[in-house]
Amino acid sequence: MRDIFSFNVLAGVLQTMLSLATPFLFAAVGETFSQLSGVVNLGVDGIMLLSAFFAFYTVLLTGNIWLGLLVAIIVGLLMGLLMSVVSVTFKAQQGISGIGLQILGLGLSSLLFKVLVGTVRTVSGFRRMRIPLLADIPFLGPILFNNTVLVYAAFLLVPVSWFILERTTLGLKIKAVGQNPSAADSVGISVNGIRYLSVCIGSALAGVAGASISISISNLFQDNITAGQGFIAVALVYFGGWSPIGVMGGALLFSFATSAQIWLQVLGVDIPASLAVMIPYILTIVVLTVSVNRGKQPAALNKQFFRGEN
Amino acid sequence: MKEKRQKPQDPNQLLSRDSWFELGLRTLFPFLGVLVALLVSAVVLLFLRVNPLAAYAAMFRGAFGSMSGWYQTFVKATPLLLVGLGICIAFKASVINIGGEGQIIMGALAGTAVALRFPDAPAFMLVTTCLLAGFLAGAFWGFIPGYLKARFKVNEILSTIMMNHIALQFMNYLLSGPMMDPEARSAGTFLAQTARLPAGSWLTRIVPQTLMHSGVYIALTLAILVYVFLWRTTIGFRIRAVGLNPQASLYSAINVPVNQALSMTLAGGLAGLAGIIEVLGVHRRIIEGFTGGYGFTGIVAALLGSLHPIGLIPASILFGGLLVGANTMQRAMQVPAALIQAILGLVVLFVSGSTLGIQQIIKKRRISVTAAIKEDQS
Amino acid sequence: MRMMRFAVVAVLVLSMAGVVMAGGGREAAPAVDDGALRIAVVMPSATNDMAFSQSMWTALTAVQAEMGGPSALQLSYSENMFVVPDAAGALRDYASQGYDIVIGHGSQYGSSIQDIAPDFPDTVFAWGTDVNTFGLDNVYAYTAAAEQGGYVNGVLAALMTRSGQVGVTGPVEVGDAKTYIDGFVNGVRQTDSAVRVSQSWTGSFSDVAAMTAAASTHIANGADALTGSSQSVVGSVGVARESDGVLWFGTQADQTDLAPELVVASQIYDWTDMLREIIANRQAGRMGGESYILTFANDGLKMAFNPAIDIPAEAMEAALAAIEGIKNGQIRAMP
Repeated sequence: MRDIFSFNVLAGVLQTMLSLATPFLFAAVGETFSQLSGVVNLGVDGIMLLSAFFAFYTVLLTGNIWLGLLVAIIVGLLMGLLMSVVSVTFKAQQGISGIGLQILGLGLSSLLFKVLVGTVRTVSGFRRMRIPLLADIPFLGPILFNNTVLVYAAFLLVPVSWFILERTTLGLKIKAVGQNPSAADSVGISVNGIRYLSVCIGSALAGVAGASISISISNLFQDNITAGQGFIAVALVYFGGWSPIGVMGGALLFSFATSAQIWLQVLGVDIPASLAVMIPYILTIVVLTVSVNRGKQPAALNKQFFRGEN
Repeated sequence: MKEKRQKPQDPNQLLSRDSWFELGLRTLFPFLGVLVALLVSAVVLLFLRVNPLAAYAAMFRGAFGSMSGWYQTFVKATPLLLVGLGICIAFKASVINIGGEGQIIMGALAGTAVALRFPDAPAFMLVTTCLLAGFLAGAFWGFIPGYLKARFKVNEILSTIMMNHIALQFMNYLLSGPMMDPEARSAGTFLAQTARLPAGSWLTRIVPQTLMHSGVYIALTLAILVYVFLWRTTIGFRIRAVGLNPQASLYSAINVPVNQALSMTLAGGLAGLAGIIEVLGVHRRIIEGFTGGYGFTGIVAALLGSLHPIGLIPASILFGGLLVGANTMQRAMQVPAALIQAILGLVVLFVSGSTLGIQQIIKKRRISVTAAIKEDQS
Repeated sequence: MRMMRFAVVAVLVLSMAGVVMAGGGREAAPAVDDGALRIAVVMPSATNDMAFSQSMWTALTAVQAEMGGPSALQLSYSENMFVVPDAAGALRDYASQGYDIVIGHGSQYGSSIQDIAPDFPDTVFAWGTDVNTFGLDNVYAYTAAAEQGGYVNGVLAALMTRSGQVGVTGPVEVGDAKTYIDGFVNGVRQTDSAVRVSQSWTGSFSDVAAMTAAASTHIANGADALTGSSQSVVGSVGVARESDGVLWFGTQADQTDLAPELVVASQIYDWTDMLREIIANRQAGRMGGESYILTFANDGLKMAFNPAIDIPAEAMEAALAAIEGIKNGQIRAMP
C-alpha cells in the first residue's frame, strides 16, 4: 500500500469524479426542470439507455459525433413527449408511468442493439479538449481544463439552468405550475403546456446524459449500459433540493465517493470490494440526513392536475 | 340569515365509500390498458416479421393454456402479490416504495441465515422462524427510509434507491465471502450462491414436477389480512387517512410521519417475506439474481390491482401470466428477449395512463349523484 | 379531452391495422423437421454479450454449420433468463417439446436441472458451469478452467508491462470472473514478483460506466497492462483505447475486434468439442453422467494472440511455455 494522500492520487480522484459526474449532471438537472413543474419522471434511466443507443448507432454509421448527440437529444425529446402524454394528458400515477418508460427504454435499446448492431463494437467518440492557458494552471489546470466537450457542457448547464429557473419568466412559470397549478391556471398559464415543456427539457437532457456515456465516456453500447444511473440521477434531484446548484453538489459528492472508493481498491486498501462499492450510497443518505438546509419540495409534485378541481 | 351547516360526516364512512361500480371500473380499466399495449406491440412485432396473432396465441397458451402454465403463473404471482401488498399499504399513506428489491434481498438473507444456522430444527418451527426473520429483516430495511422520512424529511425515493444498492452489495459481499457455498468453494467454481438449505426449511411443493409451492397460500392469506388491516382497523384507517388528506389528518391529530414510517415498515416486511418465500419455495438457496426484479414489477402489479389488496389477487395472476406467457412467446417465436421487456414497458405505460378514464367516469358519476341528492333535498 | 379521445382512437386504429396486416408475417414456431437433431439452450444473458452466453451460442452455431445447417441441427434459444423460475419453465418446456438436448447455460440453473431431468429420461441435459451431474445418468455438467488462460495472460502482462504496474477490473468476486483473475494474478506473480498488480471490483456484472472509471483509475495509477472479466468489461477496453500504450488482455471471447491496436491476447472458451462429444455420446446411447472441464489440455480453452500486436519473442515463448506447463501439469494456474 502506497501513499494514499499524495497529490497524484487526489488528482486522479478528481479527474475520475468529473467524468463520472457528467451523466448525472445532465440527467439530474434535466429532472429538476421536470420535477419543479410537478412531474416526477422515474423513466430517466430508460431515456438515457435509448438515447445512448441511438447516439452510438449514429456515430457507428456516420462517424459524426455531433450528429450522434443531436439524435440522442431528439430521441430524448420523443421519449419525453411519450412520458408527457401518459403522465400529463392521461394523468397517470407518475411513479408508475416512469417505471414503464424505464422498462420500455431498457427493452427497446437492447432490442435495437441486437437487431441492428449484433455485438459489442467501439466507436471513436468525443476527445479530450485542452483549453489553452487555463490547462497550464498548476495541479487544477490539467484536471479541470483537459476534458471532453460534454464535461464542460455539463458544468456550464448548472449556472444556465439556475438562471433560467430563477431569473426568467419561463422559470417562474415552471415553478408556479409545480407549486400551485390552479393558481397558475387562473392567471392564464397553460399548466399542461408548461409541464410538457419541462418534461421534454428534462428528457432531452437525459438524452444528452445517455450520449455522454456511449459516445464520450465508454465509446460503445452494451445492454443496460447505464446500470441504473438514471435512478441515481432522480435521487440526486431530491438531494439537491430542486436547485441546479444543489444537484451539482450531490452529483459531485456521489461521484467523488465513487471515484475515491475505486482508488481505495486500486491502491490495495484492505476492505472487501462490495463494502467499498457501498460507500457512495451510504454517504449520500447520511449527508442528506445530517444536512439541515433542505430545499422545499414543489407542492404539486407527483400530483395530477385536473382543471377546475384543485 | 340561517346558514345550513353540513353535519361533519363520519370520516371512516367517507373513506370506505368505494362503491361496487367504482371498484368495477378500477378493475376494468387497467385491463384495457394491457389490451391497448398489446395492440401497439403488435406493430413492433410486425417490424420483426413476426405474426402478432401467433405470438399472442403462444403467449396466452404459455400462461393459461395448460396446467403447467397455470402453475408457473402462480409461482410468479406469489412474490408479485406479496410485494404488491406492501406497495399498496405504502401508497395508501402516499409513500412510494421503490425499495422492494433491497427489502427482498434483506428478507431472504436473514431467513437463509436462520435456516443455515439451525439445520436440524423441527421443520415447522424452522419454516416459521425463517419467515419471521425474513419479514423482520425486510421490515427493518423499510423502516430505515420510513424513519428518515418521518424524522429528517429525507425523501423516500432517494433513500430507497440507495438502500437497494446497499442491499445488493451486502448480498454480493456475503455471497463472495462468508455465506458462499462451501461446496462451490471446494470444487473451485466459486459460484455466487449459498449452500443448499436444509430440507426442513423448504416450503412444500404442492404439485409434483412443478415449482408450485405452499407460499401461494401465505400470499393469499396475507392479501385478506392486509384488506382487513387497512379497512377494519384503526391503524389501517389512519394510514389511509394520511394518504387521502394529510392536512386534514394533521388537524385530526393523526401523526402523519409516524404513519408513513409505519406503512413503509410494513411494506418492507411484506417484500422481505416475498424474498424468503421465494428462497424457501423455489430456489432453496440464495443465488445471484434471485430477486427477479419483483421489487419493481410488484409496483406494476399493485397498480394493475388498483392498489386494492383483493384486486391485487387477480392482478398479480394476470401480470404473472403475462410474464410467463411472454417467455413462452420468446421461445415459440424465437424473438429477442429484449422485445418482451419493451412490450412490458408499454403495458406499464398504458396501464398507468388508463387511470384518467376511470377518474373521468367517476367524476361524472359523482357530479350526477350529487345533483340527484340536491334535487331530492329540494 | 378531445385530443385524448383522438389519441386513443388513433392508437387503436393503427394497432388494429397492424394486426390485420399481420397476415404477411412469419409463420409460428418452426415445424418439426424429422431427422434433424434438436438442441435448445437457456442462457442468463443475451446471445451477443461478448462473454459467457455468446461463447456458447457461437459454438452451437459453429456445430450447426459443420453438421450441415438447420436441416441437420435445429437450434432454439431462450436468452436473458436471469430469473431462475423462468429458466426452469423454459427448460421443462423444451424437454416436453421433445428436444433431444437441452442446455442450461448458467450455474444458477443447477437445482432446476436436478428437478427436471429425472422426468425426461429420453432427453439429454447439459448444464454449466459446474461439475455436478447429481448422479443422474441423463445430465452432463461442464465448466471452464478460466484460471488457466488467466495465468497465461498474467505471464504476458508481467513481461510486457513497462511501468511495472498491472491493473485488474472485475465485476463481483465470484465464479469464473474470480478464477480467471486469481489465475492472472498468480501468473504475474510467478513471472516477475516485482510487478505490482492492483485489483478493483465494480460490484456489478453490467455496470459499464463503473468499469470505465475503474480502468481509467488503474491507468492514472500507472498501470499500462489491464485485464478484466464480465460483459461490462468492454467499458475498460473502451477507455484503454483512449490512452496511449496501454495493453489489454481479454477472456471469455476474442476481444481483438474491440480494439485491434491494444488487445494482446484473449482466452477463448471453445465449447464445440464438448458439444460434438455430447452429440456423439447421445447417438451412442450414453445420455449423461459425465462432466467436462474446458482446459488447454483438451483444447477447450484457446489463446487467441492478436497478430497486429508485436509480442516480444521472450514473452511469446514464456506464454507458450506456460500453456505447455499447464497442459502437462507442471504449472498450477490457481495460487
